[in-house]
Amino acid sequence: MLAALLDNVALQIMLVGALVGIASTLVGTFLVLRGTSMLSDAIGHSIVFGIVIVWLLTHQQSGPVQILGAALAGVLTVFLTELLVSTRRVKKDAAIGLVFPVLFSIGVLLINLYARDVHIDTHTVLLGEIGFVWLDTVTLGDYRVPRSLLSMGAMTLLNAAFVVLFFKELKLATFDEALARALGLAPGVLFYGLLLLTSGTAVAAFDAVGAVLFVAFVIVPPSTAYLLTDRLWLMFLYGIAVSIASSVSGYALAVAWDVSIGGMMAVMTGVFLMLAFLAGPRYGLVAQLLRRRGQRRHNEIRTLAVHLYNHEGGPEQGEENVIRALREHLRWDAAKAGRVVQRSSDRRLIVREGEALRLTPQGREMAREILDPSGRSAA
Amino acid sequence: MTLVELLSDYTIQNVVAGAALLGLVSGVLGSFAVLRQQSLLGDTMSHAALPGVCLGFIIAGTREIGSILLGALATGALAALVMLLLTRMSRLKTDAGLGITLSVFFAIGVVLLTHIQGMNNASQGGLDAFLFGQAAATLRSDLWIMGGITAVALLLVAALWKEFKLVSFDPEFATSLGLPVAWLEVLLTVMVALAVVVGLQMVGVVLMAAMIIAPAVAARQWSRCLEDMVLLAALIGVAGGVFGALISALSRGLATGPLIILSVSSVVLVSMTLAPERGFLWEAVRRVRARRRLRYQQVLTTLYRLAVHHADPDYRSEQGMLDTYHGQRTRAVLRQLMRRGLVEGRDTPSDEPGPPRRWVLTPAGIDEAERVLESLGRENA
Repeated sequence: MLAALLDNVALQIMLVGALVGIASTLVGTFLVLRGTSMLSDAIGHSIVFGIVIVWLLTHQQSGPVQILGAALAGVLTVFLTELLVSTRRVKKDAAIGLVFPVLFSIGVLLINLYARDVHIDTHTVLLGEIGFVWLDTVTLGDYRVPRSLLSMGAMTLLNAAFVVLFFKELKLATFDEALARALGLAPGVLFYGLLLLTSGTAVAAFDAVGAVLFVAFVIVPPSTAYLLTDRLWLMFLYGIAVSIASSVSGYALAVAWDVSIGGMMAVMTGVFLMLAFLAGPRYGLVAQLLRRRGQRRHNEIRTLAVHLYNHEGGPEQGEENVIRALREHLRWDAAKAGRVVQRSSDRRLIVREGEALRLTPQGREMAREILDPSGRSAA
Repeated sequence: MTLVELLSDYTIQNVVAGAALLGLVSGVLGSFAVLRQQSLLGDTMSHAALPGVCLGFIIAGTREIGSILLGALATGALAALVMLLLTRMSRLKTDAGLGITLSVFFAIGVVLLTHIQGMNNASQGGLDAFLFGQAAATLRSDLWIMGGITAVALLLVAALWKEFKLVSFDPEFATSLGLPVAWLEVLLTVMVALAVVVGLQMVGVVLMAAMIIAPAVAARQWSRCLEDMVLLAALIGVAGGVFGALISALSRGLATGPLIILSVSSVVLVSMTLAPERGFLWEAVRRVRARRRLRYQQVLTTLYRLAVHHADPDYRSEQGMLDTYHGQRTRAVLRQLMRRGLVEGRDTPSDEPGPPRRWVLTPAGIDEAERVLESLGRENA
């Protein structure tokens, strides 16, 4: 099976894409929940600086030490940003937008100056080359395994281990930071650990998808999941599902249209987000509209029941409890009045007798319930 | 090359003019964005300009600056609206909205870019220069368009100055005056796309964020009112832009965008450190001074209290006791107080035990200590 995988280029590419998505989702979920997801944008850009520095020092681009070294640049960004914020001269968003462009600029200039002929040209920096992951392999026992597959697999395991080990702590630090601090859980340290892993994931994913598309994999699947559920573990599950689906469908479409594979995968995460935004079961736009409409209709029915109840048995019953009166007294136009009457009689709350409208026992019960919810006057 | 030769070079003239225009428009519009805490919206809109660049190219069929900039303007503004829609109509927060829009629009741009490269159109060359900017490729005709956009943006700001100012600082008050606040906010937001469009050629889509933020933050350090801030931000933007572009033009092979960003960011660093009132340096000086004054006052009032408790205005305090009381050495402080004539050292009479010299408040010292204690008492009351 392993041999089959390693012979199949398409499968390898999809697997790397899915692993980028899964590893990013594991850390991104907490970033999105904490409201600090733009940090991934800053990290994604500034690891370019880290990668170039590490390359200049060691002339090696991959390997655990290189990933850690470059990842420190991401942590440096966050540290500098928080330092700027702590001076109270700039707001957090402005601080983010000041720090990462500087590091990114230095990184790009260093590439211009020293690294012209290595394969980290400025184009790759932004776009990645997921289509070529199978070209760069390492020999492992009898197999030649793509380097990206190896590093992304390791990062995914590392992130998963971190999330599983510290699940309770992370959950508490995310949803109630003050309580976490009071219990001595050091949410700040935990958060830096999370950001170090985010940076490491960014470095490992860099060859495959580049600096900017990485942001899509960190933010979009967790946000999609956030629109679908309230449970943290389900968020992970949905986020991972979106990552895998985006990777597979993105690859297929990219091959069909002959466009960037990494780009298409990122676009597909956006498509899934749009679907969740529109058609999510609870927070989706359609669900919201339907709920609002249902509420409005329900209110109309209740209004009609109360109106009929108020005039029931009185001398004005003959002229109030008719469809015509709804137009003047409730300001409903004829079409609307007709619809509400129709719906109410469908629910057996009223009956029509010629022009006159009469409450059924259920309808009367409903109106009484509305006017006197506690049932005090009946007692 | 002398400076005169440099400035008479056709390419360099274009580069300098373009960078100046960019600095001008992004300084002015960035001031409003930073004040309204929409700094990162510039980042999102500039990344989102990439699909517009590609669409403009596809529609025009050639690298024609007009349609490319129009496309960038359209998708940049569209991204801002999508971001507003996502955050207003769902439970997603602002940061997620910004990140989603940024990355997905950019991804669409990447897809379109590779699509164009697959078309084998000979005129596609240099399209991905919009990623990092390519100042040296600026043509005179590009400048006219960039100048036109800048003029439109500046005219709008000038015409709606009072309204924009009010909306930035006190939107509720603006609403109560009957201003169309929502429209003004949308206008201010979308106008950032104008700055982005001017910056495409110069710094590219990736680094525009800093061009929006940095001049405004630097200017904020030196100014106390919006008028000063906007003018200064424009000035810093122009200076940083021209400086970065000149270096880039001189050293072939260094990308323009990063150089402009670095020169503008250095201005930020200097401003944050040195600006009067808000600079770190002056703040540190102020803090040291305040701490020192507090120490003087502490030692002085200790001497005063000791005198009161012993019912002796000439009470002679021992150095060692004062050190113990304050938990640190007070010798330097006492010397300073003596120089100001608030305390004096007196020799211990030879028949008394203890150190040879002790400290006594002068009449001026007593007055000063009473003044300090009274002001403390007033604060406590």
